[in-house]
Amino acid sequence: MSAWDERYGVMREIVLTGLNHKTAPVETRERLAFSASEAKEALGALRARPEIDEVMLLSSCNRVEVLMAARDCDAAVAASKSVVADFKGLPVADFESCLYTHHDNAAVRHMFRVAASLDSMVVGEPQILGQVKGAYYLAASEKASGPLLNRLMHRTFHVAKRVRSETGIGDSAVSISYAAIELARKIFGSLEGRKILLVGAGEMAELAVEHLIQHQAGDIFVANRTLERGVELARRFNGSAIALEELPEALKEVDIIISSTGSPTYVITRDMVKQVVKSRKGRSIFFIDIAVPRDIDPAINRLSNAYVYDIDDLKEVIDGNIESRNVEAVKAERIVEEGVVAFARWLEGLQTVPTIKAMRSKVGSIAECEVEKTLASLTGLSDEERAAIRRMGQAIVTKVVHDPIRFIKDGCHNRDESRALSYARSIFNLDE
Amino acid sequence: MMDILTVVLYLASSVAYMLYLFFQKERFQEAGYLLFGMGFLAHTLGLTVTSVQTGYLPIHNLRETLGIAAWAVALVFLFLRFRYRIKITGVYAAPLALLAYIVAMRVPDLPPTQPEAVYSSFWFFAHVITIFLGEAALAMACGAGILYILQENAIKEKKRGFFYRRLPSLEQLDNMGYTCIIAGFTALTLGLVTGFLYSKLIWHRFISWDPKEVWSVISWLIYAVLLHERLVGGMRGRKSALLAIAGFGVLLFTLFGVNFFMDGHHGEFTRF
Repeated sequence: MSAWDERYGVMREIVLTGLNHKTAPVETRERLAFSASEAKEALGALRARPEIDEVMLLSSCNRVEVLMAARDCDAAVAASKSVVADFKGLPVADFESCLYTHHDNAAVRHMFRVAASLDSMVVGEPQILGQVKGAYYLAASEKASGPLLNRLMHRTFHVAKRVRSETGIGDSAVSISYAAIELARKIFGSLEGRKILLVGAGEMAELAVEHLIQHQAGDIFVANRTLERGVELARRFNGSAIALEELPEALKEVDIIISSTGSPTYVITRDMVKQVVKSRKGRSIFFIDIAVPRDIDPAINRLSNAYVYDIDDLKEVIDGNIESRNVEAVKAERIVEEGVVAFARWLEGLQTVPTIKAMRSKVGSIAECEVEKTLASLTGLSDEERAAIRRMGQAIVTKVVHDPIRFIKDGCHNRDESRALSYARSIFNLDE
Repeated sequence: MMDILTVVLYLASSVAYMLYLFFQKERFQEAGYLLFGMGFLAHTLGLTVTSVQTGYLPIHNLRETLGIAAWAVALVFLFLRFRYRIKITGVYAAPLALLAYIVAMRVPDLPPTQPEAVYSSFWFFAHVITIFLGEAALAMACGAGILYILQENAIKEKKRGFFYRRLPSLEQLDNMGYTCIIAGFTALTLGLVTGFLYSKLIWHRFISWDPKEVWSVISWLIYAVLLHERLVGGMRGRKSALLAIAGFGVLLFTLFGVNFFMDGHHGEFTRF
């Protein structure tokens, strides 16, 4: 298998075109986003275009990108624009100004950076890699990708993995729920078996509870002004619902409280907590107050072994973490560059075999042509004599190309394929 | 010769741990741990050789006493490090062992003033070892307490500075401190008991109201109160850490201060 296109005698090249949160406003991104089923159909349409040999479509809330391998990249890019425009019923002019296009190494670099979350709105976010993997698996199963993109994507995942494991880029929390978990772990060490109380409801609060469950948290209690909502949430988390009146009693048992209600006044007061300190036997208690106006009396923070973080405090934690992520991002860029260089080398290696074949083929056909011409003009030769002359022609070919082939292969060993290959191609004039 | 080797290794370990504190690279911590272990071996070897040569445990004067104290700190730290895996504790344990050892080396080696019989009894040996191990454990508890206070301040005051990232969770620090206090208190109790028994043996009375004995009992009481409050009153976390620090302060005074400022038969062991 090779990215060398046998039919046309040229290499396919990689090109990427698309838009992201930096180049296009959310309205445009929304119009161009592809759902899973739409992506499948669109891949089919892209694959069907003769200009496009291999293709992958990546669509998320923050980017839409088309990665292709083609012989004529400009034609492929134009074709992809028109397919997307037709599919989405949007004239190309409407989104063309938001598009960026990267060729060859730049495209490879972009892909690596995207998967390593270096191009994301929040550098170091973990979701993008899953999204990229999903896009690739779809392309692979629809047979839209080929040897070049397959190799590129496998290297992409490798680079992303290196970035994640060798840098601290994803280490610290940059979302409210992750920041809360990080703090909880600094207080409690292991979150296993810790009892959680959710007061109220809301996306961030519920997300935090889910994270806690992932960390093997213990019993979950849910208190809500509306009993049905409380019961519903409790069922979702496999926990139990309690009435708001039972809240003070619950404070004796639970370790982590996440509060997110619409209440204009404090839902948990200092007195409530003071009363349970003794029966808690000094065990730490952590309050996460996501609500505005605040649900939890900040004075509770002054009590022994009690910790209160409101949403501003959590945002401060995140800001600090973003700083350190940017430092890690520098390390990540270095890893990406190493990947780009390695991939470029692989790409050049692909040219070796076709070049050797082309060289043999050219010299061979010259020899064959001359041999047959000469034999045709000679009469009175026996069959053995003709055969001997043909063998001579082939022997000359083999011996002539032996040293050039050696030269190319040595170039490979010395990691200098491109120079060796380009000399060979020039000397034998293979690229006419 | 063993002296120099021990000091060099403890010093190297302290440096490695300092580097770990500032740069947080795993290999610094691993190096610190390894070097400390090697220093401990050298130290143990040195003590064994001395004991075998003289026939007695080397605790005749301040120089030797400090040497044993450093050794006890090293032993306790290695055990805690192994058991609790709180790497950052090396940052105070290694310099502590180093300091005790260096001071020991600077102090002159004075001849013993008591008859050898005093030094060669089993009770004497048991008394000294348990007291020093107890003090080493309580030194670690003090260290854990200090780290706890640092980390708690960082979290409560929302000033997550230098130490926040480098310290483990409050729970881990509290657990380790608690274990140290239990172990230290037990050893201290045994130390006091063996001391009284030994005193009866050679001086024919359980207690002489020597200042060190008095202050030892005071120290013991502080830790007894700490443990009681923790077990019965649920006092843990910050208050427990503060008491552990204060208790060790009193203990340090008991070990060294008493001898310098007051007279008594224990003074013989800390002459310089």
